[in-house]
Amino acid sequence: MVGPPLRAEGLARRFGGMTVLAGVDLALETGETVVLLGPNGAGKTTLLRILALLLAPTDGRLLLFGSDAARAPAALRRRIGYVGHEISCYPELSAAENLAFYARLFRVSEAPGRIARLLAWAGLDGTGRRPVRTYSRGMGQRLALARALLHEPDVLILDEPVSGLDPDAVERLQQQLLELRAAGHSTLLATHDVERAAPIASRLAILHRGRIAWAHDGRGADAAVIVAAYRAVVAGSA
Amino acid sequence: MRDALVILAKDLRIEWRTREGLSSVLVLGVLLVVVLTIAQDPSPETAPTLAPGVLWAAFVLTGMLGVQRAFVLERENDCLAGLLTAPLDPAAIYAGKLASNVVLLGVTQAVVVPLTGLFLHLDLVPRLPALLLVCLLGNVGFASLATLFGALAIRVRAREIMLPLLLLPLLVPLLIGAVQATRAVLVGGLAAASSGLGVLAAFDVIFAVAGWLLFAYVVRD
Amino acid sequence: MRRLLPPLTGLTMLAALAIVFLVVPTEADMGIVQRIFYFHVASAWVAFLGFFLVAGASAVYLWNGSPTADRLAYAAGEVGVLFCTLVLVTGPIWARPIWGVWWTWDPRLTMTVVLWAIYASYLMLRGFGGDDPALARYAAVLGIVGVLDIPLIVVSVRLLRGIHPAVINRTDGGTGLVDPWMRIGLLVSALALILLAAWFMDLRVRGARLEEEVAALRRELDARRGEVA
Repeated sequence: MVGPPLRAEGLARRFGGMTVLAGVDLALETGETVVLLGPNGAGKTTLLRILALLLAPTDGRLLLFGSDAARAPAALRRRIGYVGHEISCYPELSAAENLAFYARLFRVSEAPGRIARLLAWAGLDGTGRRPVRTYSRGMGQRLALARALLHEPDVLILDEPVSGLDPDAVERLQQQLLELRAAGHSTLLATHDVERAAPIASRLAILHRGRIAWAHDGRGADAAVIVAAYRAVVAGSA
Repeated sequence: MRDALVILAKDLRIEWRTREGLSSVLVLGVLLVVVLTIAQDPSPETAPTLAPGVLWAAFVLTGMLGVQRAFVLERENDCLAGLLTAPLDPAAIYAGKLASNVVLLGVTQAVVVPLTGLFLHLDLVPRLPALLLVCLLGNVGFASLATLFGALAIRVRAREIMLPLLLLPLLVPLLIGAVQATRAVLVGGLAAASSGLGVLAAFDVIFAVAGWLLFAYVVRD
Repeated sequence: MRRLLPPLTGLTMLAALAIVFLVVPTEADMGIVQRIFYFHVASAWVAFLGFFLVAGASAVYLWNGSPTADRLAYAAGEVGVLFCTLVLVTGPIWARPIWGVWWTWDPRLTMTVVLWAIYASYLMLRGFGGDDPALARYAAVLGIVGVLDIPLIVVSVRLLRGIHPAVINRTDGGTGLVDPWMRIGLLVSALALILLAAWFMDLRVRGARLEEEVAALRRELDARRGEVA
């Protein structure tokens, strides 16, 4: 039995006495790109980490492809690609070496070919043996994305992929995300960048104080509407 | 497990790349032996009796620094998150890191022990196989606790002092066993070291298993 | 039950003090100083109980995340260190007139110091480890590892100084507890200290829960204040 790639029901997370997520319902259908907006402290990173199986919720249920994530996390991890705030690549190794390492851990078949193709796609095939610590932030982000795609995951989860990038790099990443959507990937991404969110999103949601405060189904929501909704949510919350 | 070996290979490759880091740890080990020896101002007769204590104090101190370095490297760019998104058992991370710490400590000992023999007028050559065994058992025991607490201390405030604070009391049985076994090996032979080796072996088994089981609680949220 | 603890503790303490100072005969070899032995040994028992409780509560906490187990582990750690400190203080007071020295490195003393150090580091971790909410988990791991170390410490300290015998055979006062009242005195003292420890732990556990409630209320207040402003 296969369900939607991702369905979260009533996810809650407390840290000590502090409630960061207070009941989040979220679904991701195949081929969708869902964009999660929200101010700092809304709980976006915590939510994404739970969805990426890095963190267990204190309440609620998470179903990935119909399977309860709490039960068999290891097998499900293979189907998720995650890019967090940091690139998770070793600074002393080269891009190819980093990808080779992850390929082994994820048991990627035909790794050398796949790595070469991904490096080309990410525009990193000229880096050779240069260690990752010499990369610009844009290059690092592209490598992180390549790493997340290496094992051909069904779901891609990205936490603020464009933060800290210059406009060219943002353009480039935007393009890649559109390509991925066209290729049928299911993606969930969190961002601050309200204007850029509209063109790539199939659906949008705004997270505020640990809850989904606003959701917009379907495309065609223009940036103005989203910005207005965002401001409304942040300014007054009942 | 394969995953542990993959992690071990990656760690060793990074250590090789950052040779400056490794060599400074080696130099520190030698320096500690020198300083600890000078501080006790040994005569040629008393020098050999100091060796076991000096050696193991030096190994424990360099070992702790080495482990801290290893986990700092893992925290850069949050590589640990990358490992945790992989479909592997956190215990495999433990095993891989444990192995790499044992190797690094072994490399340190390979340099420090012969030099100590020189400084403290010890005839080490006939005793090398026995010393090797003592060092191996001691390394595994040390690394089994140090890997567990290294991962723990890295996320705690005041981590530089927290790691020694937590590790040193727990390591007392290891130190006692290792020093006793080393002393027995230098004076007599392997047979005389049996009680020390017994303590070391028990330490290794208990804490390797404990680390294996508890590592997930330290590393996974 | 809880309300009975303080008066019960008080009564048992009085009984213990009465027995130790009034009823029990003066020990032949060591004189009056030997009377400290009852609280010294009883403290040691309570300290050990405390450390095992830390490990047990820590294991429960790792298993099901129960905040009560966590508070209990912390309280047991504090009480354990308290009584271990008492052991390390009463010991030298007893030793000085009898052996002529404040301290030796014989197996039992060494073991006590190392145990004290392990659980003192547990308190350091808890107290100064910062605000990471995972700290309770880390402390639990330390609590369990500490108890696993105990048998290793017991065995290894016997290796110190090779086969050199302990300076004084201090099991049960060295010469054995000749008078039945001595045995009773020890048991009553132990009971008194256990009740005292239980009372302390109860206070600490309740205090911890109140601290958490206050912190939660404060956060709530700050959040509301932020909204209004």
